[in-house]
Order: sequence, then C-alpha cells, then structure tokens
Amino acid sequence: MTEILQLAIYGVVLGSILTLGAIGVSLIFGILRFAHFAHGDLMTLGAYFALSLVVGLGFPVWASAPFAIVGAALVAIAIDQTVYRHLRKAAPIILLISSFGIAIALRSVVQLIWGPHNEVYASGIQMPWRVGDLVIKPDHVWIVLGAVVLVIALHLFLTRTKMGKAMRAMSDNMDLALVSGIPSERVIMVTWAVGGGLAAVAGIFLGMDTRLHPVMGWSLLLPVFAAAILGGIGRPYGAIAGGMVIGLAMEMSTMVINPTYKPAVAFALMVLMLIVRPQGLFKGNP
Amino acid sequence: MEMDGLLTYGVFFLTQAGIYAILALGLNVQFGLTGQINIGIAGFFAVGAYTSAILTTNPTDAHLGGFDLPFLVGVAGAMVTSALVAVAIGRVTMRLRSDYLAIATIGIAEIIRLALKNEDWLTNGVRGIPGIPRPFVETLESNSPLISLAVVLAFVVFAFWMVERARVAPWGRVLRAIRENEDGVRAAGKDVTRFRLQAFVFGSSLMGMAGALYAHFIGFISPEAFLPLYGTFLVWVMLIAGGAGNNKGALLGALAIWVLWSATQFLTDALGAEYATQAGALRVLLIGVLLQVILIARPQGILPEHGSGGRG
Repeated sequence: MTEILQLAIYGVVLGSILTLGAIGVSLIFGILRFAHFAHGDLMTLGAYFALSLVVGLGFPVWASAPFAIVGAALVAIAIDQTVYRHLRKAAPIILLISSFGIAIALRSVVQLIWGPHNEVYASGIQMPWRVGDLVIKPDHVWIVLGAVVLVIALHLFLTRTKMGKAMRAMSDNMDLALVSGIPSERVIMVTWAVGGGLAAVAGIFLGMDTRLHPVMGWSLLLPVFAAAILGGIGRPYGAIAGGMVIGLAMEMSTMVINPTYKPAVAFALMVLMLIVRPQGLFKGNP
Repeated sequence: MEMDGLLTYGVFFLTQAGIYAILALGLNVQFGLTGQINIGIAGFFAVGAYTSAILTTNPTDAHLGGFDLPFLVGVAGAMVTSALVAVAIGRVTMRLRSDYLAIATIGIAEIIRLALKNEDWLTNGVRGIPGIPRPFVETLESNSPLISLAVVLAFVVFAFWMVERARVAPWGRVLRAIRENEDGVRAAGKDVTRFRLQAFVFGSSLMGMAGALYAHFIGFISPEAFLPLYGTFLVWVMLIAGGAGNNKGALLGALAIWVLWSATQFLTDALGAEYATQAGALRVLLIGVLLQVILIARPQGILPEHGSGGRG
C-alpha cells in the first residue's frame, strides 16, 4: 500500500510537469493546427535559462523562474516570427517538419552554450519529509503547487480576459473568429508567449525533479503529446486530465515492468486512446 | 600512402552516401508521394541492421542467433521485420491525420531504442554485435571495401528502380491523389487506408534494407553506433532539399547534403579536439537552419516534383 501511495506521489509530480507541457502543445495545436515538435526543447531551454541565473548570479530557483518564463516566451515568439510565420500558408505538415528542425537546432544551441553534461540546480541531498512510511521531497510540493497556481491563472486568463476569449474562439472556429474581427496575429503571439512560458516552467520543474541535460525535454515530448492526445488535442483543460493520467500510469507501471520502459507506457496509452476514442477524453480536433 | 588514404575515404564516403540515398528514397515513398511524416526513420533502420546482423553472424551465446545465413537472406529478413513493425504501427495510425502518425513514429523509435539497449538476450545490449560479415567475402575471396561500395550502389539502383516504377504506376498516382485530396480519392471508391498502409510499409522496408547494408558495411552495431535522431533529421533535410516527390531529387539531395555534412567536419578539425562536442552541435545547428531556409525560400527543393510548380 505504501508503495502504491509513494508511486502515486511521484505520478502526480510527473503529471504536473506533463500537464504544463501538454497545455502548451494543445493551445498551439488549437490555434495553429500543427503538432509542435520543438516543445520539448523549449522546455529544455527554459530550464537552462534558469540554470544560468542560479549558477551565475546565485538566484534561488523560484526567483529565476520569471526570467526563464520571459526568456522562453520571447524565444518562442522570435521563432514564430522568423520561421513559422512564413509557413502559415503552407500545409500544416510542413510546419510540423519545420518545428522538428527547430527542435534539433534548439538542442544544438543548448549544447553550444551550456555543454553536453548533466547539471543540477542545487548539489547535495535535500532532506525529505517523512509522513508515516512515505517520503516527500520539498521540491515535489513546490512542483505540484506551482502547477496548480499556473493552471488556475491560465483558467482565469482564458475565461476572464478578452485575449483569452479570443484564443478560445480561434481554437473553436477559426473562420468565425476571423470574420468577427479577432486580430489573429496578436492572438498567435500571445499563444506562443503562454505556451513558451509554461514550457519553461515545465522544464525548470523537470530539472528540479531530476537533472538538466540537453535531451531532457525531447525525451519528455512523447509523454507530453500522449497527455495532450488523451485529453483531446486542442483542449487545454483536457491536457490537465491527460497529464495526470499519463504521469500516474508511467510511475505506477514501475511496479510490474522495468522502469526504463516508462515511455512505452505513455505510448501504449496513447495508441489505445487513438484506437478507442481518437478525439480524446474531451472532444478535441482529430 | 596518401593516395591510398584518399581512396579509402572516397569509398567510405560514397558507401555512406548510398545508404542515405536508400533512406531518402524510402522516405520519399512515405512523405514525397503520400504525405506521411515519419520521425522514426532511425528505428526502422536499426531494426533492419539488427535483423541482418542476427541472421548472418556466427552462432553465439551473447545474443539471439547468429544463424550464419548468407548476406542476401539477411537483407531480405531486414526488409521483412521492418515491414512488420510498420504494419503494426500503421494499422493503428493510418486512419488518422498525419500529425498522429508523426507522434506515433517518435514513440516506436524510442521503444526500439530502449529495447536494443535493455534486451540483452536479443541484441547483447549496449555491448552490441560485432563480426557482421562483409557482403560476398567468401564467394569472392576478397575483403575489399570496393565490393561493399559496389553492393551498396547496386542496391541504390535497385531501390531507385522499384520506387520509380511505383511512382509512375497507377498505384503511385493514387498515393499522390490521396496526398492532394483524400476525400476525392475516397469518393472515387479507393480504399485510402489500405493504400496509405502499403506506402508506409514499402518505405519502411527500404529503411530496413538501408540498415542491413549499414550493418554489413561497418561490421559492428550497437545502440550507440548510430546517432538516431540526427540520422533521421539528415534524411529529412536530404529529401526536402532534393525535392520531395521526385526520386532523382531524393538521390541528388542525399548526395548534396552528405557532401555538405561531411564538409562541415572541418569545423571539428578547426576548433580542435577539446571543443569536439561544441563543433558537433554547431554542425547540427547549421543543417537545422538550412532546413528552415529551404522550407521558406524553395519548398519544392532542387528538383521539383514532376508536373507541379511546387506544392501548395
């Protein structure tokens, strides 16, 4: 029983990280209609931005997060303006291939600037809290709380602000939204800012939970997509449910299978979903 | 000695270019003709390489087999296993839009990579499989790399002939029609899912064939022997640069990008050994930027597809 609860805690932590990535993937898909393959590497970049402040200027991780968010958001917007914007008229699969190239390029930049080795925000062992037989690291609590706060903030943004409503409108019905005079290029820019910012946080949380490495984001891309598909791609709220299901399933599965095959669990769930209900838990855009 | 080194390098260079050309042709069937996105090229390549290695090496306790079978049986086996993997993944994803196939192929490549590393009984894990025989060593009583080159080039010609036949045949026309207007093809009574699956399996089996040739050419394979993602990425840049949909373009793109990729090796030499990883990253970055420039400035590639001024 203790083991199950302990794995559930890890699952919720991983699920929080996946959720933040999956929301961005889902928003971008809803508005730009392509699967953004560079999202994992955007997470990596955000994590390394924070590392520079932590190591270079001695910031605590939480204080470096806002700068990393802004940095990743600006990079996302810059990539969109220099590359993706010129491909909006092309078929969506061309954008997908372009983003695959961007993913590889971003990773190269990370390797060039920060090198190919493992890095951590804080060396040494963090004293865990013990609740009965359960072990909880303070970082785990911060990760889950941080994700909850961000999801609530995003919810308020999408439901209460004019820009948020415009984003949902474009995602629901592009033609209708354009006819009713929504400034599409501005909405797209905000989408990249939100997606990039959330990706940066996901990357920082992943770095806190494990370690930093140039491939850290790419190796999480499959579970992130799985979470977005499970929740119904193009549906940011579904991404929360999808992220939690995938996170829990990946951690729980280690009771029965070799932990190295965790990504395969995410893959299997995604494939199962595609067979049974391709539109996702919450009707997306299949 | 100087001449010898140059000759050896030339043979090595052309053999690898030939292997990439087969990969580009395989991707052309999937993407160029049918509009499918495969980000798991390295996975199918690895399945082919390992299949042929297991079939042709001498019996050992280190991994499954070997079965000491002839080279050509190894290549045929490689094509079959890659095709089977493609059928398994294709049956699930062919009905859906191409984004899902793209995501699914990352998954399959990742699982293949993990399996190669962890299933020691099958692949000898991270230690890899050594002693894969060069093609026709016993028949010709020669171990010259020139023979490997000739064999690879013969397979390039064979693959080109097959893919070109397929392209001009009614079968290829249906694929292009699916790419341009899926609903129209369905209305004309064609089984779209079936044609898509055939194209995906055909392309993947060519990738398996390339993997087998690689294994026999290098003689040793391990999970670390190919840089999986960069390999996949290079093949994509080759096809897009050469001209998606055009088989001659696929060949030309493979050669041109391989020359360019090899030429950027000078960066590594110029920066010296201590910056080797940075130089490697810079090379990949340059190719990544090149892809964006091509997609924006000349999306149809060097040799555009026949009968079209580019793809809309």
